[in-house]
Amino acid sequence: MSSLPKNLAELQEEIEAHARSYGLDFFPVIFELLDYRGLNQVASYGGFPTRYPHWRFGMEYEYLSKSYSYGLSKIYEMVINNDPCYAYLLECNQIVDQKLVMAHVYAHCDFFKNNLAFSKTNRKMMDVMANHATRIRRYMDAHGVEMVENFIDACLSLENLIDPHSPFIVRERPKERQETEESRPQVRRMKSKSYMNDYVNPPECVEARQKKLDEEAKRKKRFPESPQRDVLKFLIDHSPLENWRRDVLSMVREEAYYYGPQAQTKIMNEGWATYWHSKLMTEKVLTDAEIIDYADHHSGTLGGRSGRLNPYKLGVELYRNIEERWNKGRFGKEFDDCEDLVERARWDRKTGQGREKIFEVRKHCTDVTFIDNYLTEDFCREHKLFIYDFNQKTGMYQISDRDFRKVKQRLLFQLTNFGQPFIYVVDGNFRNKGELLLQHKYEGVELKHDYARDTLRNIQRVWGRPVNLDTVVDEKARRITFDGEDFEEKDVSDKVA
Amino acid sequence: MILRIEQDHNRFKQIIRGRIKKELKKYISSGELIGRRGKDFISIPLPQIRIPQFIYGPKQTGGVGQGEGAIGTVLGAGEVESGKQEAGNQPGEHLLEVDISLDELAEMLGEELELPEIKPKGRKNILSNKDRYTGISRYGPETLRHFKRTYKETLKRSISTGTYRPEYPILIPIRADKRFRSWKSAAMPQANAVIIYMMDVSGSMGEEQKEIVRIESFWIDTWLRHHYKGVEIRYIIHDAEAREVDRDTFYHTRESGGTVISAAYKLCSKIVDLEYPADEWNIYCLHFSDGDNWSQGDTEECVTILKGQVLPRVNLFCYGQVESPYGTGQFLVDLKEAYGEDERVALSKIENKEGIYQSIKDFLGRGR
Repeated sequence: MSSLPKNLAELQEEIEAHARSYGLDFFPVIFELLDYRGLNQVASYGGFPTRYPHWRFGMEYEYLSKSYSYGLSKIYEMVINNDPCYAYLLECNQIVDQKLVMAHVYAHCDFFKNNLAFSKTNRKMMDVMANHATRIRRYMDAHGVEMVENFIDACLSLENLIDPHSPFIVRERPKERQETEESRPQVRRMKSKSYMNDYVNPPECVEARQKKLDEEAKRKKRFPESPQRDVLKFLIDHSPLENWRRDVLSMVREEAYYYGPQAQTKIMNEGWATYWHSKLMTEKVLTDAEIIDYADHHSGTLGGRSGRLNPYKLGVELYRNIEERWNKGRFGKEFDDCEDLVERARWDRKTGQGREKIFEVRKHCTDVTFIDNYLTEDFCREHKLFIYDFNQKTGMYQISDRDFRKVKQRLLFQLTNFGQPFIYVVDGNFRNKGELLLQHKYEGVELKHDYARDTLRNIQRVWGRPVNLDTVVDEKARRITFDGEDFEEKDVSDKVA
Repeated sequence: MILRIEQDHNRFKQIIRGRIKKELKKYISSGELIGRRGKDFISIPLPQIRIPQFIYGPKQTGGVGQGEGAIGTVLGAGEVESGKQEAGNQPGEHLLEVDISLDELAEMLGEELELPEIKPKGRKNILSNKDRYTGISRYGPETLRHFKRTYKETLKRSISTGTYRPEYPILIPIRADKRFRSWKSAAMPQANAVIIYMMDVSGSMGEEQKEIVRIESFWIDTWLRHHYKGVEIRYIIHDAEAREVDRDTFYHTRESGGTVISAAYKLCSKIVDLEYPADEWNIYCLHFSDGDNWSQGDTEECVTILKGQVLPRVNLFCYGQVESPYGTGQFLVDLKEAYGEDERVALSKIENKEGIYQSIKDFLGRGR
């Protein structure tokens, strides 16, 4: 199956065996050797060489190629969550780099397979992407490249309006015709003798009135019944779209859900891969002659620009910290209550559960729970974490605090919902005119205003009727409306629940 | 190997081109591009193209970092851009620098201004010989030895003479086996052009007027270079006298003397006479002034020189009158009277930077 040259194929076999011996559990991995153009191509397509045509991949390619040729950046490796797992190696890398990358890839693959956030992702995504490409090409043939492309642009603008937890929850159970206690509204009839009834209350008339009442009752019902976070799904289900457009929108949604878990576990996933490549390389794979090069490249991965948080570094240190704590029994009430610093520093109960613990963590956590559960005050101090803010007066970003609780809170805020705002569909029949009302759940940070307007414009293109967004602009509650031609912004006092 | 991404890459480039074209009018009158010109390419700054989404405004978010530093420490400039003009420059937002070739820019200019292609004049296509290494010869220097051909010849010879042994396949070429790359001369048609810029540098031409000339000449250069292989450019400045200068001096000299335009025309005609035989060169003369001439008599002389010596030789004579608060603008009127119908003469009045657009159209719109 593998198209690797012999020396690399042997290397793969060796590293795979080592990885397995440590208990890593992965899909079969297929490595492919690419030159930098090929690798840049795959990277531009988000890992899938068979993706649908779109200019933004070309833009990405332009960017990657330029930074590569100016020596600013180089992609070492690329791995795809799929069964079998596809991974790409850069042809011109040294052998020691190839080893490092392979070890790294096996850990990623273990993560894909075992982390619960990934459990609902489609493991045949390679095929799905190719199908999407075929469908989109077909639509392009039928409706013109420009038209399809423009619509994809609009869809991509809404790509992040999904609910990453929804694959795990059955939100809307299929509705059974449940008769609620509030009975159907009845037409009031005039009193009459029974033989006169048909004259006093003509049946046609009653029926017509009844129909009207029913309709009104239906309209009064909330739509959607509760605010919906999966804006894309709502639009797919309820927008008046042509079939091909609906299909494009649902493809974009499907791909967004596929990529969701990767964004949810960036720190964990990279940390895990770094932890294992370091372990495999230093304990098993490296030859003496390679050690300096390895150390150089490894530190390149973990280093980074001063002051910036590097997910690789944060992740791997946290895993190591957890491993140490569980090896020495530094957890639980007894340890937490201990206030003697000397005692704490010496604390070692020889519990030896470290390895087991990190495997458990990689199974159950996402970045949010990883940080929330395992980022301790000691860790924060040791690794010199801080928060920085934009100082309006000086026009600079400055370090603003080193307090543990604030650092953790900020970090969690950034990770929650991919560090993106929460947007809900509140009303699909707003003003009783079929307008769409979205709500931004304000949590102290406002939206980027010009982007918000442009996004609203794109939602309107999908929804067809005017769209509204309740948000906060300059610390005031505002409603931005776009009716297809003009924007309107007003203060809103009555907050729609 | 052609990558699939090429298609998307091209599409992206096409979108970029579209953007540039849309903004071209702005670029034409702003002069922003002049300093960004390399040898064959020009780099054009464009706002980053991004697909809008609901995201947080950057100012309020801040972030989490790692490292040394007390509270209040400013983070390194390389990492987060500091606001230069106003607080609010965001990290990560940068301009897209797009390199496009001058040829392409000229094409865009042509499309935007609807300029006709220039047809080089009749016999002015001279032939130049160009050598290309496409042939094979039996003699030549070792550096040009054609390995594959030589090998084949040696192989042929050794098999035919029966000295070839498959188990020991070593071949030694002798002199007769050797083949060398050799050139063939091809005659390539070549059209040469010379542009002669003349400018009035008398006191009444201010900085603003010169800026206009500079921008306009940039675009005219671009357009003419697109059409001719070899383009030479000469610069003449004049007040009461005329002299030839280099490019830098041309744009930066300011004299205070009066204006005698005929002096420049005389010099121009002399240069053409001596160096640019009209049957070998496509000649373009452009003159910029604020339209103030010393005397009516001199204007008449100008008309005579143009008619007798300049016009018969040139492809095009352009006169651009840059509006200035001091000039009377009489010269344009006089020229118009004399040559209103002559298609070798293009006259244009440039009131301000916005006028450059129309003026380029006036000058180059004749396809000469």
